[in-house]
Amino acid sequence: MDAGLLSFLIFSAVKIGVVFGAVMTMFAYAVLAERKISAAIQDRVGPNRVSFPLIGSIPVIGPFLTRLGIWQPLVDGVKAFTKEDYTPEHVRKGWFWLAPMVAMVPSVLVLAVIPFGSSMDFGKVFGLDFGRQAMVIADLNVGILYTFGIVSLSVYGIVLAGYASNSKFPFLGGIRASAQMISYEIAMGMSVVPVFMIIGELNLSDIIAYQAENGWLAFPLFASKMNTDAFVLLPCMVVSFLIFTVSAFAETNRLPFDLPEAETELVSGYNTEYGSMKFAFFFMGEYIAMIAGSAMIVVLFFGGWTLPFWGLDQTADTLVKGVLQILIFVGKLSVFLGMMIWVRWMLPRFRYDQLMDLGWRRILPLALANIVLTAVLIYWNHAS
Amino acid sequence: MIVDRKELNFWERTYAPALLGGLKVTLRHFIDHVTGRKKVTQQYPEEPTVVPEGYRGAPYLVKDTDGNTKCVSCQLCEFVCPPKAIKITPPGPDGKPADRANAEKMPEEFEINMLRCIFCGFCQEVCPEEAIFLQNDFSLTGLSRAEMIYDKEKLLSLGGVNKSPIKKWEHKKKEAEAQDSFPVKA
Repeated sequence: MDAGLLSFLIFSAVKIGVVFGAVMTMFAYAVLAERKISAAIQDRVGPNRVSFPLIGSIPVIGPFLTRLGIWQPLVDGVKAFTKEDYTPEHVRKGWFWLAPMVAMVPSVLVLAVIPFGSSMDFGKVFGLDFGRQAMVIADLNVGILYTFGIVSLSVYGIVLAGYASNSKFPFLGGIRASAQMISYEIAMGMSVVPVFMIIGELNLSDIIAYQAENGWLAFPLFASKMNTDAFVLLPCMVVSFLIFTVSAFAETNRLPFDLPEAETELVSGYNTEYGSMKFAFFFMGEYIAMIAGSAMIVVLFFGGWTLPFWGLDQTADTLVKGVLQILIFVGKLSVFLGMMIWVRWMLPRFRYDQLMDLGWRRILPLALANIVLTAVLIYWNHAS
Repeated sequence: MIVDRKELNFWERTYAPALLGGLKVTLRHFIDHVTGRKKVTQQYPEEPTVVPEGYRGAPYLVKDTDGNTKCVSCQLCEFVCPPKAIKITPPGPDGKPADRANAEKMPEEFEINMLRCIFCGFCQEVCPEEAIFLQNDFSLTGLSRAEMIYDKEKLLSLGGVNKSPIKKWEHKKKEAEAQDSFPVKA
């Protein structure tokens, strides 16, 4: 095996490990954030009891962290792992076991193509020349197509769970999930077409590079190369962004589109019959899909890991800058994650028919009109 | 009755006003909570609860301002108690006299089973001596059933002193003293 391939394999493995670990941590703390933010919005307190030995007894800081619920995810994890893994008698066993995995794996796979930082130069480590490595697990040229292809698979997990549970509420949840997926997937795909018409690339890294140069698509105020073209196209991009965001909500089954789960009407929808780690898998799937969705929004419309100040929109020349860019990406992502959580505690659920109406008769035509308008504006930009 | 639904205009049909209104409300609550401007939750075991005046908690025996047991072992509370939580052992004909002068007797043992007590307040209501009061305690805990049966000593120490200036038997004592010093013509 030649050294290039070896270093590629090793580094890819490291990246996969780090990204997976980071995303799992983010999942745990997104759940905590969800609980804390929902508590604050509803004038409650939220988790504030779990204390960590030693750290909990540091004067001011310990009780503060406890009040913040910082240790809650650890305890939740232990609970999920140690809880009895109960399988009801009446379920279709094989599918019942398969469904949580099918629900979670696609959301994790999406993470592979998301560029979470610029490239970093690692030089020689242990005699192996790593050199410059892009901060993306797989720099696919069809990145976005891959994403759409994979994301739409996650609904099978839910449908499968609904079928395998062999009881009425999960079944209704599964049916709803499939109907919802069909009505939003198309609008979501259509909403990003204008982005690719402008940039002319499907590779997510190139999309970020374009935005670093010409300003963020949905917010082109700071660009190294100010041009009026970006502002002419801004309305289209804002509409694209809104449609994409709404579709992302529907894709991740978050309120106001949480019809498959619908605690108040379907008990807990597709995951009613699930418990312990199998339930946690569905939960992970939902939250990782949220993280991936926020990451896609950031990459497509808000310049990915770039920030238009202090040369942070250029490829990192030092490790510190590289890490800083990753943190910028995580920061931007967290903003949208926070927004998703916030919206959940604000809006009531759409009715089944309202959802269909919104998806097919409002958002899809709007997305199509947006494509046409973008085409006209691009032509106008070129002509003038 | 048929309620007319208002026709929504275009702006309202985009869900935008509802969305913005919702964001405003939730943000207001969020900020009020985070800045601590509005505090709803009481952190109970850490922050002790202040019960309102006239609260009917656990019934305890009280002493008067002279430190005497007020209960005279009449057993009215025992009879009125709906769940039969009170058990009084009277001193009997040759028992110990009351520890305050001129009172006829006092209970040898007075037990309230706090597991049975329903905090109805009938005992306080019926007591002719104002010797038992429902006080502020609401969180009674113990490690065994036996521990939850409060005896006289415990009830008296928990009940404390009743500040009421009215002392029924004081009056009787004064009367007796007056009798003693009554000038009788020889």
